[in-house]
Amino acid sequence: MIVTAGLTKRFAQVLAVDHVDLHVREGDRYGFLGPNGSGKTTVVRMLLGLVYPTSGTIEVLGAPVPQRVSAVLPQVGALIEAPSAYGHLSGRANLMLIDASGPRAHGGRGNRKRRVDSALDRVGLGAVDDRAVRKYSLGMRQRLGLAAALLRSPRLLVLDEPTNGLDPQGIREIRDLLGELNAAGTTIFLSSHQLSEIEQLCTRVGVVDRGRLVLQDDLAALSGPTGRVRVRTPDAGRAVALLDGRVVHRDEDRLVVADADVALLNKELVAAGLRVSEIGPERRSLEDLVLSVTGSGSDRFGTRPAPATGGFSAVVADGSAPRDADAGRSRQ
Amino acid sequence: MIVLVELAKLARRPRSWVAIALLCGLPALVAVFVAVTHVAPPPGQGPALLSAVLSNGSLFPAAALAIVLPIFLPISVAVVAGDAIAGEASSGMLRYLLARPVGRTRLLVAKLVAIITYVLFAVIAVAVTSYIVGIVLFGDKPISLSSGSITSQSVIANSLSGTPLTPADIILRTVGAVAFIAVSMLGVGAIALFLSTLTDSSLAAALGAMAALIASGVLVALNAAAAVSPYLPTEYWLAWLDFFRQPILWRDIERGFAIQALYVVVFLGAAWANFASKDVTS
Repeated sequence: MIVTAGLTKRFAQVLAVDHVDLHVREGDRYGFLGPNGSGKTTVVRMLLGLVYPTSGTIEVLGAPVPQRVSAVLPQVGALIEAPSAYGHLSGRANLMLIDASGPRAHGGRGNRKRRVDSALDRVGLGAVDDRAVRKYSLGMRQRLGLAAALLRSPRLLVLDEPTNGLDPQGIREIRDLLGELNAAGTTIFLSSHQLSEIEQLCTRVGVVDRGRLVLQDDLAALSGPTGRVRVRTPDAGRAVALLDGRVVHRDEDRLVVADADVALLNKELVAAGLRVSEIGPERRSLEDLVLSVTGSGSDRFGTRPAPATGGFSAVVADGSAPRDADAGRSRQ
Repeated sequence: MIVLVELAKLARRPRSWVAIALLCGLPALVAVFVAVTHVAPPPGQGPALLSAVLSNGSLFPAAALAIVLPIFLPISVAVVAGDAIAGEASSGMLRYLLARPVGRTRLLVAKLVAIITYVLFAVIAVAVTSYIVGIVLFGDKPISLSSGSITSQSVIANSLSGTPLTPADIILRTVGAVAFIAVSMLGVGAIALFLSTLTDSSLAAALGAMAALIASGVLVALNAAAAVSPYLPTEYWLAWLDFFRQPILWRDIERGFAIQALYVVVFLGAAWANFASKDVTS
């Protein structure tokens, strides 16, 4: 579906994309993650022939880009950064204009109205009135942008932050819609800095940091158990003494223990008369993984606060663990 | 067809119609003042042909074109052409158009066709509305032979033969003038279109084109710049007045067409070279 080799883009002095080798397979739900300014959008624009690579090759749907981009793009639906529209026209009029631009769509002119209506229906704007897009809410604009991407029933959807500006209900709807499309055979390439969005939708992730692809794998392989156990106990002090060196991290009553067998560890603690309030295998979250392989986004200037230590804080089930780095630092 | 889409976009922009309304309104305003006061500028002063209009309203389209030509018309053309690519870029639609895909060359050509259509439409609208205004306010008495021809009184008083013009003749010559003026605006259009591919700001592109025209106007009027003036875009702008000479003086009209063609070729080529190879990051 999408294969890039050594893809590099240099803007004047800035190396925006540095030897990226993407590999997106047919039917994938591919999550393309990275901090702000890491080069995600530049990669997306290169895939669509908007920005020309400095070096490296791109193949989309089996054809080289940008050389044969006019053969590729009719089968691709795209939402590039923010959705755009002519503000003085209605959403429907915008879609009619978009549909009329570019090569003749399947069904030709006669089916234009039907295509537009069905795209609006799919994104939940089927009953929208004739107000100008200028008066749309952010969520409505986002839906309209998605409708434009869906106009031609594409084989490949390239989406940049598609749920931006939507409320939780809307996010759920769009996620379901993308799931349906994917089940019907559409490959989805989703670029985002929102981990949860990717974690909930995607089957495969690529992580980009400062222009480099630092990670690319199936999500299932990435978010497996770490081989450690997290324990919460009011008798933390005694547990540390008992487990003698196997505790790799302690945060008040929470411990991380280097031990792969939860059941055995639990038995050992209980047998020693310790109270255990929570116990379970530590799982790598996508968040930890991404934070561990990426630097701070390019929108931060200045020193970075110390990161929360270990993989522990972010994975505690009740979510009460310190997430912000300042709280973590004050405890050290 | 992307050309039709571009024309539809232009037609659905309120701005396009406001500009045309202003273009038609200014000459009408002038006509009302002249008709009410019967004070026309003396021959050789004020807008060309205006003094002749009092005796024959059918000459008013030519006078109206002379009124809008120096500033109003080039401004509206620069605004439309400057908006062509930069407007799409700043509204964020350029990336979506190109990803449809609309080929870059195709988009540029469609924009140019839309600009040409707009210019023609604007000039014809001015000619038609001012013809009506002229007939209503001044009537179309046949040109009296006894007082010499209209053309000899008004335009270029000393140089002409004084042969009278028939109404059909006036219409034909007005059509020629309309065509020449429309073509004269293409140079501005091409400059603005080129600037429009350089920047994401329509305003900057339009102002840039206007700056080029003002600079050209200054140099044309400057005797010390006589060496370059034949190559400036505004040099032959008034050559269409030669359509109202008897016989028509073709020399400057031909040169005017040639210099506009040159500007269109050069700036359209530059616009294409820049746009086709540009990274679209808007």
